Amino acid sequence: MSETPNQPASPSRRDFFKMGGVLAAGAGVAVAGLTPAAAEAAINTAATLPYKHKTVARVKTMKVNQPVPFNYPDAASPCSAVKMGAPVPGGIGPDGDIVAYSIMCTHQGCPTVYDSNDRCFKCPCHYSIFDAEKGGQMVCGQAPTKLPQIVLEYDAKTDMIAAVAVNGLIFGRQANVL
Amino acid sequence: MANDRIVLPPVNAKKTNMTCHFCIVGCGYHVYKWPEAQEGGKAPHQNALGLDFRKQLPPFSTIVSPTQQNVVTDQDGRRHNILVVPDKECVVNQGGGSVRGLHMASYMYADGSQTGERMKHPRLHTGDQWLETDWEQALALYCGVTKKVLDAKGPRELAFDSADHGGAGGGFENTWGAGKLMFTALQTPLVRIHNRPSYNSECHATREMGIMELNNSYEDAEVADCIMCIGANPYETQTNYFLVHWLPNIQGITVDKKKEWFPGEEVGDGKVIFVDPRKTASIAIAEATAPDRVIHLDLLPGTDVALFNGLFTYVIEQGWIDRDFIARRTKGFEEAAAANKLSLDECSKITGISVDKLKQAAEWAYRPKAGGKMKRTMHGYEKGIIWGNDNYLIQSALLDLVIATANVGGRRGTGCVRMGGHQEGYARPPHPTGEKLYNDQEIIAGRGMVYTAWAVNPFQSTLNAENFRETVMRRSEIVKEAMRKARGATTAQMVDVIFDAISTKGGLFVTHINLYPTMMAEAAHLMMPAVHPGEMNLTSMSGERRMRLSERFMDPPGSAKPDCIISADIANTLKAMYHAEGNAKMADRFKGFNWKTEEDAFNDGFRLQGAKDVGGEIHSQGGETGNLATYELLRKAGNNGVQLPIKEVKNGKLIGTEMLYTEKFGTDDGLAHFKPSPWNGLFKAVQGQKDKYRFWVNNGRVNEIWQTGYHDQYNPKIKERWPMAPVEMNPDDAKELGVSNGDIVELFNDYGATYAMAYLVPEAKRNQVFMQFGHFNGVMGDVTTDAVDRNVLPDYKHTWANIRKVTRGEYKATVSFKSRQYKA
Repeated sequence: MSETPNQPASPSRRDFFKMGGVLAAGAGVAVAGLTPAAAEAAINTAATLPYKHKTVARVKTMKVNQPVPFNYPDAASPCSAVKMGAPVPGGIGPDGDIVAYSIMCTHQGCPTVYDSNDRCFKCPCHYSIFDAEKGGQMVCGQAPTKLPQIVLEYDAKTDMIAAVAVNGLIFGRQANVL
Repeated sequence: MANDRIVLPPVNAKKTNMTCHFCIVGCGYHVYKWPEAQEGGKAPHQNALGLDFRKQLPPFSTIVSPTQQNVVTDQDGRRHNILVVPDKECVVNQGGGSVRGLHMASYMYADGSQTGERMKHPRLHTGDQWLETDWEQALALYCGVTKKVLDAKGPRELAFDSADHGGAGGGFENTWGAGKLMFTALQTPLVRIHNRPSYNSECHATREMGIMELNNSYEDAEVADCIMCIGANPYETQTNYFLVHWLPNIQGITVDKKKEWFPGEEVGDGKVIFVDPRKTASIAIAEATAPDRVIHLDLLPGTDVALFNGLFTYVIEQGWIDRDFIARRTKGFEEAAAANKLSLDECSKITGISVDKLKQAAEWAYRPKAGGKMKRTMHGYEKGIIWGNDNYLIQSALLDLVIATANVGGRRGTGCVRMGGHQEGYARPPHPTGEKLYNDQEIIAGRGMVYTAWAVNPFQSTLNAENFRETVMRRSEIVKEAMRKARGATTAQMVDVIFDAISTKGGLFVTHINLYPTMMAEAAHLMMPAVHPGEMNLTSMSGERRMRLSERFMDPPGSAKPDCIISADIANTLKAMYHAEGNAKMADRFKGFNWKTEEDAFNDGFRLQGAKDVGGEIHSQGGETGNLATYELLRKAGNNGVQLPIKEVKNGKLIGTEMLYTEKFGTDDGLAHFKPSPWNGLFKAVQGQKDKYRFWVNNGRVNEIWQTGYHDQYNPKIKERWPMAPVEMNPDDAKELGVSNGDIVELFNDYGATYAMAYLVPEAKRNQVFMQFGHFNGVMGDVTTDAVDRNVLPDYKHTWANIRKVTRGEYKATVSFKSRQYKA
C-alpha cells in the first residue's frame, strides 16, 4: 500500500488503519465460461489518450489469485494485476486469465483491497465491492462506474504482460494521462 | 464519449443548485453548464471546480466521473456540456454521492443517448400503433372524453393514479397542480397514490397518536446512544443518511459532539439494532465496522407487533420508562400497557428471537444511563413495516414503546421517523369525500371509465399486479378495438367512439403522463410527455423536512411540460369547453389555473395554504408558514435550504425547525396518545398462501436501481448488472430445486407468476427468498396478495410462493453473483 495517496481526514479514516496489505491468496477456483480469445475480445476500450506501454510482470512468475501491484499510467496511480486461473472478461496471457485494475475506488478514491476469498476488490471507505472476474463490475456499492480496467498485452516471446491503456476514468483525474 | 477523460467546466460555467432527483435523503449537487466547444483547464484557476487536475487528487476530492457528464441541447439548438457534482457544503451529503445521484447527468435528456427514449410530444394509440400528435389534439381528446363522462356519469368514473411525492415525478408545484385538478375541479374520489391502491397516508396510526413521521434531523442520528433500524436497508436506500450520519456514530467518531451537546451525561460509541428478517447489506457493513455494537433481530416474517409488544412489556417491568414524561405529555398509557402485554417468553416464541437477544436489545436501547438518564434512542423505520403485516397495528405498537421511553418529543438524539422512499412534496386540497376506496379492486370490478396513470407505473409496482394488469389490458383493448374501427373519425367523433366503448362495453380509456412510455404504454391510448428537475424549477423536502429549490438549467425534450402546467392545460381546456356551451357553473369549477410557470403553481398552492381566496383548505407540508418561502429566498438558501416548518425570515434568510414536538404533540390536546395494539397474526389472504406454498417472498430495492428503473432500464451499464429482477435464495434450497446462479426461475402462487434471476446467498434463510421489487424484467407484485390493512395499506412484504427452475438464462457470463455483503 506504499503507493496510496495521502489520506485526508474523514469519518471513515480509521478504517484505513484496519486494512492490511493485500490479503493472502486463497485456493484457486477455476471459473469456466470463456475461451482465452473471447476473453481478450471482451474488453472494449474507449480510451483516447496517449498511453505508454509498460511491462507489468512475467506470467510464469504470477501465482493464481495473488495480486501483483504496479503503477499505471504513472506513479500516482496504483493498480493491481491478478491471474485468475481461468479465462475472464478482458483476460490476457496464455490462459486468458490475467486482468488488472486501477485499485482506487471510482466512488471517492480510497484504495480498494483485494479479497482473495471471493476475488473482489473491496473499498473500506464506503464498502463498494468490485468483481475482478467480471471486468470490475460493481457487486454492491456506491461507485458510479466499474473499476477502471487496465488494458493489457501479452508478449509470448518474452512471456511478459504489459499495460497499454486504461478503460474507464481513474478517480481524482480529469484524464487518465495527467 | 470517451470513458477515460471528462471535460472540465471553465471558470465562467453557469452554476445552479440541484437536489438529487431520487431518494428521500436529498443530497445537494451543483450543476455546471457551458457551451460544448469550451473546456476548462487543468490548473485550479482554469476550471470552475477550482481543483488542480495537473496531479492526482486525493481520496474524498470532489467526485467527477463520466456518469456525471452529458451534452444537452436546448430548444434553440445550442449544445452545452453539463457536469453534476456533489456539493461539499451541503450539510446532508457533505460531498458524498450515491450510485443513483451520481447518474443524474446521464439521465438528463440527450438525443441519441440512453435518454433518447424520453417522450417528446403527446402520443396517440390509434388502435393498432402509437403515433405522435400535438397537445391540441391530445387535450381535445382527453378533455372531450373526460367532460362527457363527467356530465353523463359523474366524477367517480374518473380514476387517477398519481404521484404525491417530491423529487423527480413530484414536487410541491406538481402535486398541487394535479391535486387541484383532481380534487377541486374534477372532484373525483377514485384516486390512488403512486405506490398504493388507495388515497391514504402511510402513517395513519402515528399521526393519530400525534406524531408526524419526519420529526427529527439527520444530525440526531449522529448523537443517538442507539439507533433502532426497523425494516429498512439504509445503505442501499438512504445511502448518505447512513454513510454520513449513522456510521460515524457507530464508529465512535461523534463522541466529542455528544459530550458537547449533552454535558455531564454518559456518552459513548453509538450502537445499532436492526430489525429485519433478512441480513441486508446495511447489517453486513455495520457488523464489519463495529461488530460489538450491532444486534440483528432477525424476526420471523410479519411478527413485528409481537416484537414491540414484548419489548414494551419488558421495559415497563424493568422500570425503563419515563414516568414523568408519560404523566406530563401523554395519555392512554395504562390501557395500551394492558392491551399489548406480552411476556418475553411469548414474544420469543412468536418472533423466533431468543429471550437473551431480546433482553440485550432492550438494554442497549432503553436501559437508563448513569444517574437514571433516559437513553437517547432514535427509531428509523421503512417499508418493512410501512408495507408490513398490518401497517396500522405495527406503527401503534412501535410508537407505544417509543413514547413510553421518551424517545420522541424533542430530546436531541431521539425521534421516531420514517426512513422514507421518495422525497416529499405534498400540497393538495383535501380528498373530496374522504373515502378510502380500494382503487385497484374498483378497476378490477369494472368500475371507473377513464384511467390516468400520472408519474406512476402500477403495472410494475402494485400488489396483486397480475390481476390488475390483466383487467386493465382487457378493458383497454375494448377501447382500442373501437378506435381501430373508427377510420377517418374527427377528434370529436373519436370522443364519441371512446365514450361508447367505456360506457356501454366495459372499456377503460387509459392515459399515461410520464417521462418515458414505460410498461403502461401497453395499455394506454394517450400519452403526454412530462419533465423532471433541471427541466423545471421544483421544490421538495427531504426526510428531515429540508426544503430546497432544484433550479431549471435546460430545456425539456420537445414539447414536454411540467405536471402542474399539464394540469392547468387540462383545466383550462375543460373550462373553455363549458364556457362554449354556456355552462358557467361548471366552467367555474375549472377556474384558478391561469399559471404560466411552475412558480405560479407554487405560489398558488404551497404559499397560500390557509388563505381564504383560493377556495378552501389546503393540506401542505409547508404548514401555515409556507407563505414565507419564495423562489428567491430558496435560491439564496441553496442546497442547505430550510427545514420546515419555517419559523421566520431573518435578514433575508429562512429560519426553520430542527426538531418537532419539543413542547406539544400534533393532537388537539397536545399530548401523545398511546394506542392499544395487540398481536393479531397474519392477514387471512397471506396466511392462505403461507399454508399452501413453500417460500416466503420478501422483496425490496437494490442499490443501483431507482424504483421501477424508469431511467435505469435504458442504461446499458445498469442493465448489465441487473438485467432481470434478482431473487436471493439459500444455496441449499437452490440445490434442492436444481437451481444455480443466473438461472431463470419462476415464482408462482394463487395470485400470479413471475420470473426472476437466481442469486445464491449463503446468509439467506431456508425457505425465505428476497426478490427485487418493481423491476422492468420480472414483476414481483405478480405474486403478492390483495391483502390490505384497515386503511387500505397493502401488505406487499408478505406472500408465499413456490419456485421452479425455468432455464439456465443468458446472464452467467456477464453478471456477477458474488456476495453483496461486505466483509472486511
